[in-house]
Amino acid sequence: MIQIPCPYCGLRNANEFASTGEVKPRPDVATATPAVWRAYLYDHRNPEGLVTEGWYHRAGCRKFLVVERHTQTNEIRSARPAGVAS
Amino acid sequence: MRPVARRATPTSGRLGPRPGEVIDRARPLRFTFDGRPYLAYEGDTIVSALLAAGESVFSRSFKYHRPRGVLSATFFDPNCTVQVGEEPNVRGAHRRVRNGDVVSAQNVWPSLRYDVKAANQAVGRFLSAGFYYKTFIKPEPLWPAYQQVLKRFAAGGVVGADDPHGYYDHRYAHVDVVVAGGGPAGIAAALGAAEAGAAVLLVEEEPHLGGHLRYGGPEALRLLGELRQELADAKGIEVLTDSVATGRYDGNWIAVHQRSVPGATERLVKVRAGALVVAAGLIERPYVFAGNDLPGVMLSTAAARLVNLYAVRPGTRAVVLSANAEGDAVAALLAAAGVEVAATLDARRAETVVAARGHGHLSSVETSQGRVVEADLLVTATGWTAPTSLLNMAGVRPTYDEAAARFVVGAEPSPGVFATGGLVGDASPEGLVAHGRAVGARAAAAAGCGKGAVLPELSPGPHPALFRSTTHGFVDYSEDVSSKDVFQAAAEGYDSPELAKRYTTATMGPSQGKLELVNFLGVLAEATGRSIGELGTTTWRPPYAPVSLGALAGRPHEPVRYSPIQPYHEAMGAKPLVAAQWIRPDHYGDPDAEVRRVREAVGLIDVTPLGKLLLVGKDTPALLNQLYVNKWSALRVGAVRYGVMCAEDGVVFDDGVCGRLGEDRYLMSTTSSGAGAVWEWVERWLQTAGRHLDVYVTPLTTAYASINVAGPASRTLLSRLVEGVDLAPEAFPYMAVREGSVAGVERCVLWRIGFTGELSYELHVPAGYGLFVWESLLDAGSDLGVGPFGIEAQRIMRLEKGHLIVGQDTDGLTQALGAGLDWLVKLDKADFVGKPELVWQANREDYDRLVALVPTDERTVPPEASQLLGIDGDIVGRITSSRHSPTLRHPICLARLAHHLATPGTVVRIHLPDGRDVPARVAETLAAYDSEGVKLRA
Repeated sequence: MIQIPCPYCGLRNANEFASTGEVKPRPDVATATPAVWRAYLYDHRNPEGLVTEGWYHRAGCRKFLVVERHTQTNEIRSARPAGVAS
Repeated sequence: MRPVARRATPTSGRLGPRPGEVIDRARPLRFTFDGRPYLAYEGDTIVSALLAAGESVFSRSFKYHRPRGVLSATFFDPNCTVQVGEEPNVRGAHRRVRNGDVVSAQNVWPSLRYDVKAANQAVGRFLSAGFYYKTFIKPEPLWPAYQQVLKRFAAGGVVGADDPHGYYDHRYAHVDVVVAGGGPAGIAAALGAAEAGAAVLLVEEEPHLGGHLRYGGPEALRLLGELRQELADAKGIEVLTDSVATGRYDGNWIAVHQRSVPGATERLVKVRAGALVVAAGLIERPYVFAGNDLPGVMLSTAAARLVNLYAVRPGTRAVVLSANAEGDAVAALLAAAGVEVAATLDARRAETVVAARGHGHLSSVETSQGRVVEADLLVTATGWTAPTSLLNMAGVRPTYDEAAARFVVGAEPSPGVFATGGLVGDASPEGLVAHGRAVGARAAAAAGCGKGAVLPELSPGPHPALFRSTTHGFVDYSEDVSSKDVFQAAAEGYDSPELAKRYTTATMGPSQGKLELVNFLGVLAEATGRSIGELGTTTWRPPYAPVSLGALAGRPHEPVRYSPIQPYHEAMGAKPLVAAQWIRPDHYGDPDAEVRRVREAVGLIDVTPLGKLLLVGKDTPALLNQLYVNKWSALRVGAVRYGVMCAEDGVVFDDGVCGRLGEDRYLMSTTSSGAGAVWEWVERWLQTAGRHLDVYVTPLTTAYASINVAGPASRTLLSRLVEGVDLAPEAFPYMAVREGSVAGVERCVLWRIGFTGELSYELHVPAGYGLFVWESLLDAGSDLGVGPFGIEAQRIMRLEKGHLIVGQDTDGLTQALGAGLDWLVKLDKADFVGKPELVWQANREDYDRLVALVPTDERTVPPEASQLLGIDGDIVGRITSSRHSPTLRHPICLARLAHHLATPGTVVRIHLPDGRDVPARVAETLAAYDSEGVKLRA
């Protein structure tokens, strides 16, 4: 099981967290076309390499985090609170 | 039918005391096998005890129902699986006999000795490679019949529905080093790591440490004695025997299955380790030739185990095929134990076995020199398989060493992952110990303990590559796959290991490739004219060894939640309703009477599970505007509003009310089942896109006990107990919130809302006073006819009132306008969650609507989920909620219905489960009771 370095709690097992999926900007609701909006909702990239994804420390501090993870090695490059610039 | 003759004279028997034996002759045990009584000694396995008593057949093979005996005398011996009492699929060559065990053979019908399905042998190639795919394809209507046939073939024990549950346990361990395998190298690795100060977990699959030293000669036993003494003196080593590391996952998270443990049936240990040392040793490989599965044909290590550990003589007259020193040693061991060694074939000089013959048991061996030797025991020592599973799971790719004829790995194949012993190379026991010790020290250093050590050289020695003789025999004993099947698969084009494996099912049985993988690759290489190195191997996945479902599940953890008012519900004999984790009163005996009480007088319902969130901060309206589909900016202090939340796809997610308690203080309610999800949803917005908002959220769901007081007399009842709140209709109107005291309990929140459709007040009382306030209300209202009502009565009344339940009257595709919420959704807001989808939905017509249906047959309440049919018999919708209305005295339903039929007055057909269709009319409004809302506002 991978471990996630929570900035508040330290290194914790991934099963304390819930994945909230790929972190990507919400389209502008005033101008978004159905194609753009639905790509935001349903099209998720799954690259081999570094991804930026959300993890929620549900069984811990209940903070939403942004984590950089390598999908092949599961190496975690960084973990920071959501909404805070990297 | 080919009965197996019961042999007149036992071929084996108990030997005199052996220096390394694990049986306690002073402690005899009794057990039965297929109804016959047998004796064993403490320490015997089921198989060793039966062999000592002269039995040699323990099962029938999977497809051909051939009689099978002992092959490896280890846990993964493919054909020694038995039923012990209620426990199926017990590994008979591993499980220790317990006094009174009732053991029976599996996969036999009607009995082990007379097996009807052995006729499969006669039809020969009937069950060859790809048989299932070729035979059971057409015609499709016969698939259920095929299923019945194939089920008969399934090998496996019997599980009874009434069998008692065992007590299974979980444990979490955090250590510096896990050593998987307790042979000489593994013990030494544990010692080396512990010397460096590491906390070590040493895991051994067998009930005793020692690996091959246990059944070696006097020198091996002396060395094992020294290692055991050193282990006893060492600090920081925990030893788990009869336990197996079944999987290695990311970050050296290791699953250890303890098969026997005091105080529990089994235990799963979840270990996080700094470093892993794999010291799994080597598994002896069978040899492929005609008759290689006859009882009496076994591996040299099996013979050594039987003689040295259990003092069982495995036969009387033996042929030994040896390609290595271990095999030579076993030939000598057998002779010393009184077995006549009729022939030794030296595979290093190209001597080999062509075929083994016999009916039900080995009787003769045909050699490559053309001799036919009478024998009841054939021992083969033709090479080794490296069980590298745990390393493969760590991403390591072992390489095939042609000269050694096995897969090998280095001692440090991956960061934090180490290997020692036979997986790395060959050496004397002392050489393995030296290597293990150094690897242990280096693993400790990787885990942050000590400085490591210099690694001695360890590499594999040469060994002849022996997979198959000149005849065909079994490659996979668990799945009954022969070398002929592998050739056939290759000829049909299944020429890669991954394809041929699935086509033939070789390596896919209970042994999971431990005995058969390399032979399978060797035969496939031969069939395709390639080398094993070129072919590559199949993927090793967890678990390394079978794990019981009980061990994975552990102890049942099903927390339940009760409201503080539960003692009352229990005393009144309320029928419990399980709603997520909550246990709630469904009704107190007569839901219809409870409905009448609320409609005519006053009733109380415990709604404590309703989610409650306190929101504090000046930006709360902005948050509410974003999360709800309706508007919140104009909500005055003291007012309550109904709100619906959608997800970004416009699908209804939760509903509830939110009231403004003070200038910057709001109390939000959610559905009972959505309480957790909405809290996380609010937090998510506040921590991400809404980070700039000044709002703090506190979950208060269980801080309050919640009581809804409903019915025309509710105001009168409350007026007797409430202080500090003017209950007059003008002062405390519908959809208002007040704070005050109830029955002397201060700081209660009162909401005037009504899910039931009656004049009603929802009280949120500090939880510790919940039962007190409940009972005070009952006492104060006895002259008003007050009494409790349960969830069922509430569901009836909300249905009469046409109030939807999210998740029941909506589903995972229901966007807000399809839930009858057009009046609520405010598309003129600049933004809210899900707005774009609802804008587009508003421009469409083609979505299903939520409607109320009235069946014209007043006696039939159509069950929920009944389909609705259109004129052509096409499905046009379904019933989402239905009840008989005690108030209106006819059935009422909510339904999802295709838009073109949703106009009031339209008649559709409800298709009932009994096949009848009954007509129903679309009602004018969702509410069948007080559609004007007069009573609510009274």
